[in-house]
Amino acid sequence: MFEQLVEIFTSVAFYAAVIRLTAPLLLAAMGGLVAERAGIITFGMEGMMLMGAIGGAVGSYYTGSVLGGLAFAMLAGMFLALLYGVMCVSVGANQVVSAVALNLGALGLSSTIFALVFSNRAVGVVTEVVSVPSMQPVKIPLLGDIPILGDILFNQLPLVYLALISVPIVWFVLYRTTIGLKIRSVGEHPHAADTVGISVVRVRYLSVLFTGLMAGLAGALLSIGMLNTFQENMSAGRGFIAYTAIIFGKWEPLGIFLGTLLFGLADAIQLRIQALNLPIPYQFWVAFPYLVTLLALVLFVGKATWPAASGQPFKREGK
Amino acid sequence: MESLLRLEKICKSFPGVVANDHVDLEILPGEIHALLGENGAGKTTLMNCVYGVYRPDSGTIYWKGQPVEIHQARDAIALGIGMVHQHFMLVPPLTVAENIILGLPSPREPLLDLKSASQQIRELAERYGLPIEPDVPVWQLPVGVQQRVEILKALYRQAELLILDEPTAVLTPGEVEELFKVLRAFKEKGLSIIFISHKLEEVMSISDRITVMRAGKVVDTLPASRTNPHELARMMVGREVFLQIEKPPCTPGEVVLELENVRARSDRDLPALKGVSFQVRAGEILGIAGVDGNGQTELAEVIAGLRRVTDGRIRVLGRDITHCTPKEIIDMGVAFVPPDRQHMGLLMDFTVSENLIGKSFDRPPFSKYGFLQKQAIENFCAGAIYRCDIRTPHAHVPVKLLSGGNQQKVVLARELSLQPRLLIAAQPTRGLDVGATEYIHRQMVEARSAGTAILLISTELDEVLSLSDRIAVMYEGEIMGIVPAEEADLQQIGLWMAGSRAHQAAETPQTV
Repeated sequence: MFEQLVEIFTSVAFYAAVIRLTAPLLLAAMGGLVAERAGIITFGMEGMMLMGAIGGAVGSYYTGSVLGGLAFAMLAGMFLALLYGVMCVSVGANQVVSAVALNLGALGLSSTIFALVFSNRAVGVVTEVVSVPSMQPVKIPLLGDIPILGDILFNQLPLVYLALISVPIVWFVLYRTTIGLKIRSVGEHPHAADTVGISVVRVRYLSVLFTGLMAGLAGALLSIGMLNTFQENMSAGRGFIAYTAIIFGKWEPLGIFLGTLLFGLADAIQLRIQALNLPIPYQFWVAFPYLVTLLALVLFVGKATWPAASGQPFKREGK
Repeated sequence: MESLLRLEKICKSFPGVVANDHVDLEILPGEIHALLGENGAGKTTLMNCVYGVYRPDSGTIYWKGQPVEIHQARDAIALGIGMVHQHFMLVPPLTVAENIILGLPSPREPLLDLKSASQQIRELAERYGLPIEPDVPVWQLPVGVQQRVEILKALYRQAELLILDEPTAVLTPGEVEELFKVLRAFKEKGLSIIFISHKLEEVMSISDRITVMRAGKVVDTLPASRTNPHELARMMVGREVFLQIEKPPCTPGEVVLELENVRARSDRDLPALKGVSFQVRAGEILGIAGVDGNGQTELAEVIAGLRRVTDGRIRVLGRDITHCTPKEIIDMGVAFVPPDRQHMGLLMDFTVSENLIGKSFDRPPFSKYGFLQKQAIENFCAGAIYRCDIRTPHAHVPVKLLSGGNQQKVVLARELSLQPRLLIAAQPTRGLDVGATEYIHRQMVEARSAGTAILLISTELDEVLSLSDRIAVMYEGEIMGIVPAEEADLQQIGLWMAGSRAHQAAETPQTV
């Protein structure tokens, strides 16, 4: 058994899998970070990912192209994000409750769309796996030829690259641009932002739409990236794990990257070890990434420093 | 001279309240104009209308003679109006420079240009004599410096009119003098300033003209040189007021409260009390002065048993209560008027009578065998409402419908009905008008004469000076010094409030 473990941990394919499994979490978390910094709790990423996953599959099926799938995925994610924005920003509803409602809604909606589009008309249920056009890995010239590292990092799906470069991009936007400064101020002290003429409502809507876009892409990475079909509830809690990564990373891009990497690692480990047929019930390994999530939060996070206006609806008095 | 800003018949009401009732106001270029009035007189509402935070229901605003529409803060800023709110509108984790340029287009859009902004801020700061370090996060700065950031924020936006809402509330006497110097310099440079305050002496010393507001209306506008504090007070309150309280001489008895080297931490887990020791005797008022946020809240909480003491001892009547529960402490005869009546002092949705028995409902005569005794409660509450002059239609009105002054009377009536040996009164008159303040002060002096030991914690220096028998000053969790009231020297107290122990520092220039 020990030899088998060594084999796993010394194989290039294992580390490539870590990166691949990290990517959807990272995409969603980087999108979520932007809305979080604007003061919106992104507990609804799970639903946005599911919508992205079904959007990707449906779009890819109808247009016959992966790009069409990605466009549908982004729109589907942003659609849910828009609903979330209406509830949190315009109505001022409780954000966690709204997110739970949308997550449940997305679960039902995505399954229904799946059944409608892909079902066997005669029986009314999906009887066979319909495969749709899916993304193929792109090897990056030169970098992809580096021994070991090339195979781990530079022979991946395009969305995986996007996930990786989103970390410095989001960091740059948050800390080096005027819109980033606006986002941070709105999340910390919306009234102060309001008094200098920043539209809190606009910044929050744009931020949450960006979350929807990124979570939608993350969902597409699951359906038309890693597979070539949709499965019911295929996000399987990854949106929640991405949310956890934001807390774990203390709302900083680099910390969040490390958090998603940890969960990607746990996921890769459980997949490999399950295949070893150890005398441990497989359910334990399925639960493993979630246990790691829980432990990571309990052990390493300590007291998290939230954006001060997190979850608080903004309302001007006296208007 | 043409006016810079002119308000004509401004009206603004909120549900149930007319905050501004046909208000006229004229601000001239280069004048310091005070807006004087009690809390709730409508000063801040009026200025929020000018700054675009509120929209007036009716009336016209003229800027340099032209009628203007101000829909939001952005419009006011574009005209050249800057406002420093009483609660600062600064984003604590952002740096000084980031706060100042927030919301403005950058010369290198969409990129930030903090370097050139910092440079400009330094120049501006120098020109106006407001030294600042642009790259420090705002939360690390003391309150006085944060106010400087707010003023610079307005100047950076080329404000010609600066509105300051109660700017001295958070400052030590020394800082107030400094601020006044800066404001006079602004005036020399042609800026106009609206100075909102309810403190008579301040208004007299800084302003050119004074507009007094009462109950949403302008009472009068008059030059500072042709009025006096007494007249202003009468205009502000609408009747004769006694600025001094009559107090029988102090006859201190046994030691009721004793703190010995008490330490505690704040909500943010920083040291809040750093070895506090003092005693309060029966029949005396010990006043704790200090700028807000120097450990006063934590001090009240540790004595009331609401905050854990990390080190040291607290004794009430000789008994160690350091680790007692709030209930045990109440039963020892300790009453507590918390600094925040709306959140800690009262259950806002409960009725007046329920609040009045809030600390004694579980014991006779109000409760027998676990049942509330309606008749006993009714009798007690009717008596309390009458005695304490609580203005309420009846005892079963939710307390949130009462005015702030009457709410505080409910709190005080409840606490004093326990016939306490010790009363901790934290900010007992915060936000109250002169009439209610007078009443609360009289009640406290009466309790003192009856032998209650009183610990008064207040950031209103005047309140501490006029009520206390002995005065202590807190700074960053330490007691800087304690003096008997009759020996109190305002300059000394001011220095203590600013954290300086050496009295000589004021007279002999220090060489560092």
